[in-house]
Amino acid sequence: MTELVAYLISGIALGSSFALIGSGIVVVHRVTRVVNFAQGSVAIVGGMASATLLDGRLPHGLGEIAAVLLSGVLGLVIGLLAIGRRGTPPLISLIVTLGASMLVSAAIIWLWGQDPVTPPGLRGSVTILGAEVERQRLLVVVATGVAFAALALFFSRSYLGKGLTASASNPFAARMVGIDVRKMGLLAFGLAGILGGLAGVLIAPSNPLSFYSDLPLVLGGFAAAVFGGLTSPLRTLLGGLCLGVAGQLTAGYLNGSYQTEMALLLMLVIMIIRSRALVQEEVK
Amino acid sequence: MLRIDDLVVRYGSAVAVDGVSFEVGAGEMVALVGPNGAGKSTLINAISGLVPPHSGTVACEGRIAQVPEGRQMFADMSVEDNLLLGGWSIRNRDLGEVYDLLPDLAGMRKRKAGRLSGGQQQMVAVGRALMARPDLLAIDELSLGLAPLVVAELAEHLRFLNRERGTAVLLVEQEVTLAFDVCPRALVLEAGRIIAAGPSVELAQSETVRKAYFGDLAVAEMMTGPTAQATTEVST
Repeated sequence: MTELVAYLISGIALGSSFALIGSGIVVVHRVTRVVNFAQGSVAIVGGMASATLLDGRLPHGLGEIAAVLLSGVLGLVIGLLAIGRRGTPPLISLIVTLGASMLVSAAIIWLWGQDPVTPPGLRGSVTILGAEVERQRLLVVVATGVAFAALALFFSRSYLGKGLTASASNPFAARMVGIDVRKMGLLAFGLAGILGGLAGVLIAPSNPLSFYSDLPLVLGGFAAAVFGGLTSPLRTLLGGLCLGVAGQLTAGYLNGSYQTEMALLLMLVIMIIRSRALVQEEVK
Repeated sequence: MLRIDDLVVRYGSAVAVDGVSFEVGAGEMVALVGPNGAGKSTLINAISGLVPPHSGTVACEGRIAQVPEGRQMFADMSVEDNLLLGGWSIRNRDLGEVYDLLPDLAGMRKRKAGRLSGGQQQMVAVGRALMARPDLLAIDELSLGLAPLVVAELAEHLRFLNRERGTAVLLVEQEVTLAFDVCPRALVLEAGRIIAAGPSVELAQSETVRKAYFGDLAVAEMMTGPTAQATTEVST
């Protein structure tokens, strides 16, 4: 029982990071119809930048915020490459994000080397239902909850958020009322960068990051986004949590090396089950 | 206030608007009629800046807002959000003014726009355009898919708007009797070119225009009928 609780909580923490990365993919896809495959690399940059900034004696809090903002800028730059030129077809933009992901991975190796990097996080642990849980993992869960609440408020209450929603809902009408849909797309890429960076900053203290981490992160995030139909950040959160828990249970009771395969399998199952719903949402 | 000069719009090698020139004065109501595929929507989209012209100029001394064909709601958003987004390009967004002009909108402000009837959506589309405080309202197919009584009500709102606020109206409409009834002046577009222009009453009586573009129904006779009759289907 204690073991199960520990796996569940660490799964929720890992799933939270998938949800953050996945919601970035959703935000970009809703506005631009582009799947941003560079989202995993951006998360790694966030985690590694926080390690460097904290090592450079920036205080906790400030170092992490600076790393998240840096990831936002990186997301914006990727957006400029992907959709900066007017009329770029989504398929070309998707390939650009793949290229950008490779470029960022090369930059990660150049700047931080190939060894995993672990920034300092919250120390100590607490006992929940008999299981020892790292405080850092609880921080990941709480921060993800706050981030999703802020995201919901941004989209439902702020005028800029409504502009983003309008651009996603009806790009023609958005252009008609004077919204620059391309700028909204760039804003979405910047926002996705912030979400990805936040995921990296949060998970790096308990899950060391290297350029190798790109694939499992982006796969996990994409699987969560697919669960959300590439349209719903809330369902993406749910998908991320399911994926994280399934991955940790797989690692705990079967084999740790099957986690990525589990993400792929789940994504495949979700896509088959939800294919009709996805097509209906696309038509709508 | 709006001056179109030798406007040409192309989609690849196809010419949709071919050397169109006309003017709309401040506070004027002008109809732009013509059969399907005449280039009406392309022309209105070019005027609104949604379609780039190949050549020619569009000059407007004030602000233009468009009511698009098919309403084009932000379907999952509330009526109020739809209206607010209509004022995206201006600083002070005043919902009260639009609710004063279209009081029905206040009662449905919390409802999702996608769940409204066609007539209600058209009213939201008009209200959304008004949020930009336009000097010229460019309306694409006001009557499309709507019941005659709803169209008559919307037409009355347009007249009121024009009378009370002096907003100029460019009404693109396939329903010729409605267009001629609402707008004192009209232009007839065919294959991207203006082939007739003048007072609506005269155009309605023009044998050439009537036979060539509106079939054999007696448009002029319908013009003399009540407003409710203005939505009678006219063959194109």
